[in-house]
Amino acid sequence: MITLAHYLTLGAILFCIALAGIFINRKNVITLLMCIELMLLAVNTNFVAFSRYLGDPSGQVFVFFILTVAAAESAIGLAILIVLFRNRATINVAEIDSLKG
Amino acid sequence: MTFQLICFYVFAAITVGAALAVISVRSPVHAALCLVLTFFSTACAWLLADAEFLAIVLVLVYVGAVMVLFLFVVMMLDLDPLREGFVRALPVGLAVAVVMLVEMLALIGVRAMQMPPPADPALAAGMSNTTWLASALFSQFLLPFEIAALILTVAIVAAIPLALRHRAGTKTQNPGRQVRVDPRDRVRVVKMAAEKPVAAKPESSTP
Repeated sequence: MITLAHYLTLGAILFCIALAGIFINRKNVITLLMCIELMLLAVNTNFVAFSRYLGDPSGQVFVFFILTVAAAESAIGLAILIVLFRNRATINVAEIDSLKG
Repeated sequence: MTFQLICFYVFAAITVGAALAVISVRSPVHAALCLVLTFFSTACAWLLADAEFLAIVLVLVYVGAVMVLFLFVVMMLDLDPLREGFVRALPVGLAVAVVMLVEMLALIGVRAMQMPPPADPALAAGMSNTTWLASALFSQFLLPFEIAALILTVAIVAAIPLALRHRAGTKTQNPGRQVRVDPRDRVRVVKMAAEKPVAAKPESSTP
């Protein structure tokens, strides 16, 4: 039978993969956004598992809201990315440092 | 080992493999496609946890909308694969990820492994998963639901002007000026004296 720890382990592995991806792909903002989506997916997996195993619908409602906010976040993030590419012709994180003091 | 457990291991393996591909493939388009596979197999794993509504919503919203948006942006931006620093950052990233994973697994512990899953709470309440979720969403979480709708509206309103570009030289309509237009600017009635036509020279046409 599938236990709670199976889902938590899957979530932990996904989260750590996304974390490693943020460390590795420091040049590409699009891949960074994808890693953030992966992290949110890992968190959502935890929420779904807890909701199922504790018998509480609040966890699944929370996943619903996370999906909403993540969709809004990626839409605005990608719009900012397009404007950034139009103005600077790069999405390399290392070159976007004009706010550095 | 039940059939469900085998299915879970298969879906989890596909999820982890696709997630590894997301962070390691060279082209952003392939990364986006691998992310689609990750979302899809995670939705299958959610189905095994009796979260049918959220699994379908994940496929519809993420695979259907967000990842298409990602693909559009990747194809619009015309990127060359940037991989400098990949090998240099690899040991640090791996070390941090592995340490964090070990800590998390230690936190989860072995005792939770042996906890038997209770009966499906939605079925125990005598309704489907969607009804179960909706009865909580529209009673206890009604105000957050409205705020989520507001957030989506704000996101639309913010994203459109961000990505909008007024290029010089293109012909566009200005609705404000179109509404404000006055008929007198368009048609000017000129008053002028009526003019009699000059009498034509009578032709001497004799039959």
